[in-house]
Amino acid sequence: MTLAETPMQRERAETIYEKSKPGRRAAALPEAEVPTQPLEELIPANLLRSEPPALPEVAEPEIVRHYNRLSRRNFDLDTGFYPLGSCTMKHNPRLNERVAALPGHARLHPAQDPRRAQGALELMWLLQSSLAEICGLPHVSLQPSAGSHGELAGLLLTRAFHADRGETRSKVLAPDTSHGTNPASVTMAGYEAVKVATNERGGVEMDDLRAKIAEDPDQVACLMLTNPNTLGLFDENIEEIAALIHAAGGTLYYDGANLNAVMGHSRPGDMGFDIVHVNLHKSFSQPHGGGGPGAGPIAVSDRIEPFLPRPQVVRREGENGHGPFFDLDLERPKSIGRLRGFQGNFGVFVRSYAYILSLGADGLAEASETAVLNANYLKARLAEGRAGKRLPVAFDRHCMHEFVLSGKPMKKELGIATLDLAKRLLDFGFHPPTVYFPLLVEEALMVEPTETETKESLDAFADAVEQILAEAESSPELAKRAPYTTPVRRLDEVKATRRPVVRQPL
Amino acid sequence: MPCSGRPNTASCWKTGRATPPSGFRSLLPVTRYTSATDADRAEMLAAIGVESGADLFAQIPEPLRLGRPLELPDGMPEAEVYERLAELAGRNADAEREVCFVGAGMYDHYVPAIVDAIVQRSEFLTPYTPYQPEISQGGLQVMFEFQTAMSELTGLPVSGAGLYEGPSSVASAGYLAIGATKRRRFVVSRGLHPHSRETLATYAEGFGAELAEVGLADGLTDAAALAEAVDEETAAVFLQSPNFLGAVEDVEALGEAAKRHGALLVVACDPMTLGVLRPPGELGADIALGEGQPLGNRLDFGGPSFGFFCATEEHIRRMPGRIAGETDDVDGRRGFVLALQTREQHIRREKATNNICTAQALNALAAMVHLAWLGRRGYRELGELLVQRTAYARQRLAAVDGVELLHTAPVAREFALRLDAPVGPVLERCAERGIAAGYPLGRDYPEHEDGLLVAITERRSRAQIDQLAEALAAAIAEHPSRGSLFADRAKKEPRVGGRAR
Amino acid sequence: MPEANYPDDLRYHDQHDWARIEGDLAVFGITWYAQDSLGEVVFFDPPEAGTTIQKDTSYAEVESVKAVSDVVAPLSGEIVEVNDALQDSPERINEDPYGEGWLVKVRLTAPAEADALLGAAEYRKLLENG
Repeated sequence: MTLAETPMQRERAETIYEKSKPGRRAAALPEAEVPTQPLEELIPANLLRSEPPALPEVAEPEIVRHYNRLSRRNFDLDTGFYPLGSCTMKHNPRLNERVAALPGHARLHPAQDPRRAQGALELMWLLQSSLAEICGLPHVSLQPSAGSHGELAGLLLTRAFHADRGETRSKVLAPDTSHGTNPASVTMAGYEAVKVATNERGGVEMDDLRAKIAEDPDQVACLMLTNPNTLGLFDENIEEIAALIHAAGGTLYYDGANLNAVMGHSRPGDMGFDIVHVNLHKSFSQPHGGGGPGAGPIAVSDRIEPFLPRPQVVRREGENGHGPFFDLDLERPKSIGRLRGFQGNFGVFVRSYAYILSLGADGLAEASETAVLNANYLKARLAEGRAGKRLPVAFDRHCMHEFVLSGKPMKKELGIATLDLAKRLLDFGFHPPTVYFPLLVEEALMVEPTETETKESLDAFADAVEQILAEAESSPELAKRAPYTTPVRRLDEVKATRRPVVRQPL
Repeated sequence: MPCSGRPNTASCWKTGRATPPSGFRSLLPVTRYTSATDADRAEMLAAIGVESGADLFAQIPEPLRLGRPLELPDGMPEAEVYERLAELAGRNADAEREVCFVGAGMYDHYVPAIVDAIVQRSEFLTPYTPYQPEISQGGLQVMFEFQTAMSELTGLPVSGAGLYEGPSSVASAGYLAIGATKRRRFVVSRGLHPHSRETLATYAEGFGAELAEVGLADGLTDAAALAEAVDEETAAVFLQSPNFLGAVEDVEALGEAAKRHGALLVVACDPMTLGVLRPPGELGADIALGEGQPLGNRLDFGGPSFGFFCATEEHIRRMPGRIAGETDDVDGRRGFVLALQTREQHIRREKATNNICTAQALNALAAMVHLAWLGRRGYRELGELLVQRTAYARQRLAAVDGVELLHTAPVAREFALRLDAPVGPVLERCAERGIAAGYPLGRDYPEHEDGLLVAITERRSRAQIDQLAEALAAAIAEHPSRGSLFADRAKKEPRVGGRAR
Repeated sequence: MPEANYPDDLRYHDQHDWARIEGDLAVFGITWYAQDSLGEVVFFDPPEAGTTIQKDTSYAEVESVKAVSDVVAPLSGEIVEVNDALQDSPERINEDPYGEGWLVKVRLTAPAEADALLGAAEYRKLLENG
């Protein structure tokens, strides 16, 4: 079967460097205005650059056209459905962009005197308080820049906590279903990662947990969990799990990637977690930006508070009749120190704070409810027809905000893998769900619709899956060679990795 | 479907709150981005096969259900949220209210309007990480173009697509170095940004490494002390140029010590000066990295920005973070994918080269657009402009009574002064004149209690520099020397911008 | 190599590695099943000649685009030679897993360990049941 090319496919990729022509330029810079001297008189010649770097030479209209055309080679959330599991691709409100761009926030230098940055510090403090209430843990640091940064922080806090008690522990437990950042953070924090098994209900296998702790209870530093987990299931044993870890003297860490399921309904602090990270680019609507920026603030219990990173935003009582004011507290003798420069991704805080203000207590609770409703509805739709037979749900019970299907029967009976289904979905105008994660489920498909999708959107997705499966019954080749209509078709990842070309030769 | 368990929908509009736990709410006067109507909910619940949404939360054990509304304010309409955020913004002395001579790693550069326009496009703002490359060619090609640009700027062949920001990139370089050399010691110049040194120390506490600091002499890293400090156990030597005090270091000469002992040479640099200064790649650096904010990104009270991270070919498999690579599709079309993913956490898990997942892709895009706008000649010219205005500012300010240079080493865009007056009150007086005069050094460098770091960008006109000189002169004249008179004054609650608090 | 193939003259380890024993030397590699599961190999990270490796432990890694696999030593010994050609052509591991795709040559320290290895027929049965 021959296919005509789509216009976008016909347009071959050209980099900005290839559109460059010597002599073209966009920027007009200010005049020096000051008396000038030869550079070699100001800076020794051996420290001066001879050839300027080969940056593009393009005029402004061409720059705009280039990046605009490039942008159209992206699928994005504002355009379509993005059911990536544990990513919480919910709508990114444009109000948040507007307030983040206010010069008072956007043009504020991070080293400005705190007394003249009271708006910013108060915003951070209010965000901290809001997250504390949502998580059920009183002390919050906004410093970590992403979820995995928060995980590293949590593990370093754990280390400091134990060191303060004169203990050295070496192991951190995490379920086999955990996100890859968890064990990666464990190694970066200097611990050994130990896997804990999952039971047939989809929760932590309690006997295995007890066994792993019993092996060496004094060496167990921490258990990292997300609840609901990456299977979208709330672990009913969480209280017992907390008790076991605490009895062994370890801390219990909550990966907040799945917080969207429980906001306003249950709180990790109440579940027994000591340290929680929150992904502002997930539950709190910060746009994902194609791979960041985000933020991963952490909320901790009283006993962990002394070790929080420095600086910490605090509220101080005023003196001499002045009102309370907000400050950056650097006097933190037991702090683990800094995890990055300045105070963190403030622009992200502005957006998430605006989101929390917009939704309020009820809106946040409703967001979680609707997220759970949408997920269960989509799961029910996908339990019908062909999807029900070929893509059975991995754990047959009500899910929370996400669920995992297995493509094992589809692969066996129709000869198409989860990957092929995903690629064919691209032709239908959907971003596929997460594929091949969690590793526990064969040919996994992890689906998280979020609360901001309409019922029609969910129906359209379920219909597309049904159609692809029907196609595959007679013509499996269709999915195996998909996609057909995207700006490029399947890419040779082997070539890219065997002989990596990571920059343009110039 | 009854509203909140109450029979009368209208009452929900009036009260707006007080709903039972895990029940359903509808028609509340709060901003929300959901669409499920009562009819939708009824259909969906029927398809699921449950009576109410509360049944879906039954898997949460009773004792763990919150059972009350969150103690947060009610949601607000968009216009009110805007007012609230604007009110907070109004209490910040930003660079539009105070002429900003503060640097210390983040600078008030002019970001062209096209950066905003491009970065705000839905197609760049809202997608996820490009795990499905066929529909992410925009983002992946931007990464490739960015990697090319940063490689050109630093003179090293391999660049990643960006990390969080400067100081944590330094820490990531440390993690790479211990993996590559199997050694556990870092030698760090005191010229490295204090936040970088602290962050490296925090991370090293985890992955296990010790830090040895080498001091400065007249603003530059003490070469003899550095040579002394580096040994066979050293995994990496960390330098910064221009260093925190603005001095341009002789990286090549200093780096000899690292080479001699097989330690990696890690150089933090300022991405706005690489048009004029010889790049770390030409000076023997194994890794060049730094704070990317000056390229295309706003001050934003410190973030989000991005960290750039470049290295020699040898270290490509140990690089942290995403890397885009070029390839072809099945029909031979040129395309881009995430390359070398087996380094990363989603595949390698506990053996990953770094734990980083979400980084700062949008901020790297902003940088690329800014660099394209500056272009080859503009980037160079901007660097020269910074050097010239900095030279002028340095000279002008050193001529002020009570001001002298803290060091005489060559500088590019930032320099350090010593004041004959307490820095705090001087900064206060300047602020009253609408000038943020610089970064006080005393907190990070106790040996320079009376030190002030002054930064120049292309937005700092000659007139503004002259105003700074006058403001400093006046402020110092007001506080001519230390003594008990000053000490009393310092304890008073200072005025902020002339308004009563 | 498109078709599953398990030569009879080799001995097999249940972690999907093979050994060709020639006196007190042996050549190791990964089986057809292993390379098929991995997908196209992009990188082989070899140990150095002179390293001692222990039976049942991992001595190297093989990478495809989306996965990393431990290579397990079927027998204990000292590495005398590494297949350097794999640096530039790791795809040999897929194309010829028992020939050009060999990984290391080892001087055995405990030849009797070979008794614990499986024959081709037994290994094939293991795959069918697994």
